[in-house]
Amino acid sequence: MVWVNDVIQGILIGGLYALFACGLSLMFGVMKVINLAHGDLAVIGGYIALGVIAVTHIPVLWSFVIVVPLMAVLGYVLQRTVIQAALNRSILTTLLVTFGLSVVIENGLLQFASANSHSLGAGSAIITSSFSIGSQITIAYLLLLIFAVAVVVLLGLQYFLSRSRYGRLIRAVADDQEAAQLSGIDYRHVFGIAAAIAFGTAALAGIAYGMYSQFAPTTGTDTILLFAFAAVVIGGLGSLWGTLLGGVVLGVSQAIGAQISGSDEFLAGYIVFLVVLVLRPQGLIARRGQA
Amino acid sequence: MSETRETVSEARETGSEPILDVRGLTVHHGQLRALDHVSLRVFPGEVYAIIGANGAGKSTLLRTIAGLHQPTEGSIWYDGKDVTKTRPERRAVSGIAMVPEGRRLFGSLTVQENLQVGATYARPGPWTIEQVYELFAWMKDRRTQRAAQLSGGEQQSVAIGRALVANPRVLLLDELSLGLAPVVLQRIYATLPQILATGLTVLLVEQDVSQALRVASHLQCLLEGRTTLEGKPSEVTPEEVEAAYFGLRSAPASSPVYGGGSGEVVPPGPVGSEEA
Repeated sequence: MVWVNDVIQGILIGGLYALFACGLSLMFGVMKVINLAHGDLAVIGGYIALGVIAVTHIPVLWSFVIVVPLMAVLGYVLQRTVIQAALNRSILTTLLVTFGLSVVIENGLLQFASANSHSLGAGSAIITSSFSIGSQITIAYLLLLIFAVAVVVLLGLQYFLSRSRYGRLIRAVADDQEAAQLSGIDYRHVFGIAAAIAFGTAALAGIAYGMYSQFAPTTGTDTILLFAFAAVVIGGLGSLWGTLLGGVVLGVSQAIGAQISGSDEFLAGYIVFLVVLVLRPQGLIARRGQA
Repeated sequence: MSETRETVSEARETGSEPILDVRGLTVHHGQLRALDHVSLRVFPGEVYAIIGANGAGKSTLLRTIAGLHQPTEGSIWYDGKDVTKTRPERRAVSGIAMVPEGRRLFGSLTVQENLQVGATYARPGPWTIEQVYELFAWMKDRRTQRAAQLSGGEQQSVAIGRALVANPRVLLLDELSLGLAPVVLQRIYATLPQILATGLTVLLVEQDVSQALRVASHLQCLLEGRTTLEGKPSEVTPEEVEAAYFGLRSAPASSPVYGGGSGEVVPPGPVGSEEA
């Protein structure tokens, strides 16, 4: 029964990891940008939520209504300026630039928000309440909610990419930028939209993490980015549902690792990550072939 | 076809405005000079063929007209306006569509989605996705297939369809013959009269000289980035074409390069892909 509980907890936390990862995966899939600032952007989302709640007193669960659009706009602007400028030079430059962005964000946060940890919605019922199945399994409503949000986000993304006009353009640009230009499509604008979506999901991830745990200026790189990377690599680069699978595999391995020995929680996750990298470098769900 | 050609010669001879006017275009790929002061004027309704061997600069010329390369010298005028600095997507929207070399379909998208992307910023005009399905009868039944799964000839047809649904005024066709069996190529070229009947102007690049001569109303030959011959197909002799194509100075009768003295144009088949 203990193991069943571990697996369930692992699956649920996998939803949070998928939320960390899907924006990272989208940006890589569309513009081949590995956004090393992704985790820090999620943390910025958390800090903005903190500010929004302090000012407007809206419930923590509704803070995303303001934070996500703000981050989406930031995503579009950053993509059209800094990241596009890096892309114009080379793909490798984007790695340096997003790394630089990450350093700037972390130090900026340290400067203006101090190194103290913060959490979102402390004291509200959704954070603490849970229900039990039998005597061994306790499920927190919050984790269930986060998992549901992750599934809804992935379903929404899937629907948007496969059905909508802009989704079609995003896929076309991901396949062949030049051919898209020949069809009159400004790929830089399409990149901007993809980045807006990715930043929006990062904001959601930041809020979710802030409710689940605590965040500080360095949480973006030492936790969120790492877990996002692990989930993306395990699941398969560029595959949306792969990020959920990757998140779940990572979550379950961490839960089982913690059960074996409390200090091995993260180690277990990274061992699985390494094993997948060695045995199946394309990830568990490989992206469908292109022309 | 013959009707089209006559109206065209009128357009060229009555001194009306060219729809596309390329003036002294020089393009570099790094240190390499791919085009050296190439000029051409394409008049409405023409089928303007650019021929030349591998590496002659044909594709570079077409890609520069589409906006994918920036020239180091010279200018490109479309419909009376200087578009030399215009971004490729703006040129496409204003009516210059290109079927790129190697087809370049969106491989993970279906046939229909490829056409839909092509129609995203379409100008008003006769071409719709349904019209394309009529032009290529097989396409409608397979519209839900991924483009990557199609054969080369089928992909080429979809690439043409994707350009047509934008309702361009000028259609740039880059090396349609590349990698296609002659029979398949014939079938694709057989649709050209129907395409021209809707009032399009075509600028095409071909390595396959006999194919180009068959469809062209005007001809220009490039060699190592320079123009070596220009004229109507009816006005140039096969010997002239041959000399211009291979860079031989007159009297090619005993040239060892192609081993013949028959005076026939030797149409070199498509050989691999052209860099640039």
